[in-house]
Amino acid sequence: MTSASGNDAIDLKRDFATSGLGDELAQLDRDLVGLAPVKRRIREIAALLLVDRARQTLGLATEPPTLHMSFTGNPGTGKTTVALRMAGILHKLGYVRRGHLVSVTRDDLVGQYIGHTAPKTKDVLKKAMGGVLFIDEAYYLYRPENERDYGQEAIEILLQVMENQRDDLVVILAGYADRMDTFFSSNPGFRSRIAHHIDFPDYDDGELVAIADTILLGMGYRLSDGGREALADYVVRRREQPHFSNARSIRNALDRARLRQAVRLFDDADGAVTADQLSTIEAEDIRASRVFASSPEAV
Amino acid sequence: MRITQGTFSFLPDMTDDQIVAQVQYCLDHGWAVNIEYTDDPHPRNTYWEMWGIPMFDVPDAAGVMMALAECRTQHGGANYIRLSAFDNTYGWESLRLSFITDRPADEPGFALERQERGGRQIAYTTRSYSAQKPEGERYSR
Repeated sequence: MTSASGNDAIDLKRDFATSGLGDELAQLDRDLVGLAPVKRRIREIAALLLVDRARQTLGLATEPPTLHMSFTGNPGTGKTTVALRMAGILHKLGYVRRGHLVSVTRDDLVGQYIGHTAPKTKDVLKKAMGGVLFIDEAYYLYRPENERDYGQEAIEILLQVMENQRDDLVVILAGYADRMDTFFSSNPGFRSRIAHHIDFPDYDDGELVAIADTILLGMGYRLSDGGREALADYVVRRREQPHFSNARSIRNALDRARLRQAVRLFDDADGAVTADQLSTIEAEDIRASRVFASSPEAV
Repeated sequence: MRITQGTFSFLPDMTDDQIVAQVQYCLDHGWAVNIEYTDDPHPRNTYWEMWGIPMFDVPDAAGVMMALAECRTQHGGANYIRLSAFDNTYGWESLRLSFITDRPADEPGFALERQERGGRQIAYTTRSYSAQKPEGERYSR
């Protein structure tokens, strides 16, 4: 590597264009509704990595950056989707070689008897090499109430690989914010090896309706005006009820609305239905949901 | 006597970087890479012990190298280790490529035995010196 002689120049703009990073970031903006702080952080990280790469070309940087991340947030806030995009971004920048995402939970890493955990964890690591390993609900790895829990073994292997093979693998841990905090405080090794902590905020009501539009567009459906109004109503009520999981709840609600729409078309239509009828979700399809029922135990 | 077999066997032993390049070539073609080891160097010994299972779903060479590093901690210097790539394409369904990555430090080689038979015929047998000892004691680290 040559040492930098203050005159060498690198065109960051051109670097940005040739890396294809712009497309990836634009797609992220397009596909994901809301999540402004997350998008800002990803832009920051992408910019940092681009600058780092430029520095390396000029012989300035010495250390490969630590890229392990933790995504915290409530269920259905897009952690997995963003992880998928992150893998793409890191691949475009050349920080991971393949750019594939291996998504696992405790079950995939931790074995059921002595000597079962290490091969299992190593198998997953082997598959994830050259890409991104996404560990969902990572705090389940650590079970303080059982000191013989095999999770600890998996954690040790993970930490070792995260430290020694930083250029082969990027690890992303995900889960609820408060439980991740407890997890990190009892496993300081993880906290110190993770460079980027990204928090995913809940979606607001308007954003959830916009997400519904996107989901329906992907399935070839659309909301009628009354339907959109009903959905906005639905979001407000659903949020008050237990087990609300943001975009995932909306997806499930839409799946059920499609069921009701099918039944309605079947019962009402006397034979002929138009393409328009087939692809429109009406207010009554959504208002039939149990969320609108007065009984509080309904979901 | 240096045992050779497989791809590029006429060249010196591969460095790790060269192994990575070969493995990646295999993986890019969709071949499953296997790690095998043995302490019987006879050329007709085709059945080597497998280290783990064939790596069908590893996309990057680093994963294979991780398994190879593990195998080396146990067998490196005491056994032969080779990598082979299996192509499961219909009509091929066989090994595409294989090469030795590790060998014992000291390879004593083979004795050639001649057996005199009727009508002045001679039958030849090669016998490896190391295989005269029981399995597991053939090579010291």
